[in-house]
Amino acid sequence: MATQRAHKAARLMISPSVILLLAWMIIPLGTTIYFSFLRYNILTPPASWTGFENYYYFLTDPAFIPALVNTLVLVLGVLAITTIGGILLALLLNMEFWGQGIVRILVISPFFVMPTVSALVWKNMFMNPVNGLFAHLFRAFGLQPVDFLSTLPLLSITIMVAWAWLPFATLILLTALQSLDSEQMEAAEMDGAGWLSRFIYLTLPHLTRSITVVVLIQTIFLLAVFAEIYVTTAGGPGYASTNIPFMIYNVSLKQFDAGMGAAGGVIAVIIANIVAFFLMRAVGKNLEL
Amino acid sequence: MARQTTTGQRALVTVAAWGIGILISFPIIWTVLTSFKTEATAIASPPVWFNFDWTLQNYIDVNTRSDYARYFMNSVVISIGSTLLGLAVAIPAAWSMAFQPTKNTKNVLMWMLSTKMMPAVGVLVPVYLGLRSMGLLDTRTALVIIMMLMNLPIIVWMLFTYFREIPGEILEAARMDGANLRNEIIHVLTPMAVPGIASTLLLNVILAWNEAFWTLNLTTTNAAPLTAFIASFSSPQGLFYAKLSAASTMAIAPILILGWFSQKQLVRGLTFGAVK
Repeated sequence: MATQRAHKAARLMISPSVILLLAWMIIPLGTTIYFSFLRYNILTPPASWTGFENYYYFLTDPAFIPALVNTLVLVLGVLAITTIGGILLALLLNMEFWGQGIVRILVISPFFVMPTVSALVWKNMFMNPVNGLFAHLFRAFGLQPVDFLSTLPLLSITIMVAWAWLPFATLILLTALQSLDSEQMEAAEMDGAGWLSRFIYLTLPHLTRSITVVVLIQTIFLLAVFAEIYVTTAGGPGYASTNIPFMIYNVSLKQFDAGMGAAGGVIAVIIANIVAFFLMRAVGKNLEL
Repeated sequence: MARQTTTGQRALVTVAAWGIGILISFPIIWTVLTSFKTEATAIASPPVWFNFDWTLQNYIDVNTRSDYARYFMNSVVISIGSTLLGLAVAIPAAWSMAFQPTKNTKNVLMWMLSTKMMPAVGVLVPVYLGLRSMGLLDTRTALVIIMMLMNLPIIVWMLFTYFREIPGEILEAARMDGANLRNEIIHVLTPMAVPGIASTLLLNVILAWNEAFWTLNLTTTNAAPLTAFIASFSSPQGLFYAKLSAASTMAIAPILILGWFSQKQLVRGLTFGAVK
């Protein structure tokens, strides 16, 4: 009796969260799938059934291949910078030095800057070809300043996004490093293991799981980069810095093609789910009940 | 670390660490410095570092010309409102999963996490059109609800990892001493749960404050928070670096300070307890 009542109470306590999330998943996602089969212009309803036409148009749109490649380049570029940089920084910050607390705060700060601020600060105050700090720096060395956002748009956005995520990777890897057994390290050192072999055989295996988590979580967020593109290049020049989210935004809310936008949305969901599958496995392994 | 380091080594590491720390946070430092310059000094070539006439004019300009207070209040209402609403829904759920786990608990938790994987852009069209037909576009109500749904999985997960660390025996002991359920919750559990709830609150306010997909797409003027306000500087007229810097400094300062206090919770919350 008592346990039955407890179970009932437990179900009652969990259900609001579950119902809300279920509704949030099913209603918009179901509607997206439904819309993706409609010829539906937001400005000129009504909509009509069109089968897979929207998918065909989305996948053959001249923006699609560049957007897919840009999405991959952006994700992989930022991942490379942040994990390698994060490991190096975590190793450095794990050593003994004066003012650890303040340096930690300095390193973590970019993560708390909202994307629109970081993008506009980088765009105007650093990458602007006339007044940006990089332009001043180039001129000081007698070089021609580079117009980053029109000549290297994707690289510029990669730098902005990596700047925001490097602190995240560093902080997580540093947390993991601090739980490394120092006695094992000392034993290895006494046995004559060099710095590099200690790093490869002790530190790196210890970090593997945290690196996996960093990579997977960042991937989820990096697949969805939007604001940085929205306020800097607006996807241009041409499609040079359009990624999948920005392309869907363009199709849906700029060209008012809700059907094709929805088809793009379904494709984005599929891509994210492939990544999510691996993330869930990594997190699930750790969850012992 | 137990190993001895010489003062020389330590000095070297100190220089390297400080150098890199300043380099990484330099865009923030530079923005704050620029916010106290005049527009002319802000673009001076070569750049001026510290010896300029410090002025608060940009802060005054941004506040008087742009209705800054309204955007700020929208950010406050959306981030705090959505987090409190999320906590109200999530606390009972996390509570019962932590103290009365069933064989389904793990599945429920993993499923909640999976909802977080759904890319926002995948449901942009129906959410936008749905809100439009309900007349909720550009309202705080819509953003509070959406932000709550976005962060609900993280809130449940964080609370769950904190609650799980409260020893169950303490409840039994209280029960033995004759405490009823009400006393148990007020006198025993609440004091132990408050730190976890506070950390969860902090991290989720930060996440909601900085969210820039829904806030950019679902607001225009009335409910626009600071993310959208700053985005309006993307098509500038005339000299604006100093004013952009002042607006940016005001937009990031509160959250930067909150963030410094929540470093540890950040790791735990964003890795769903996988790294502690």
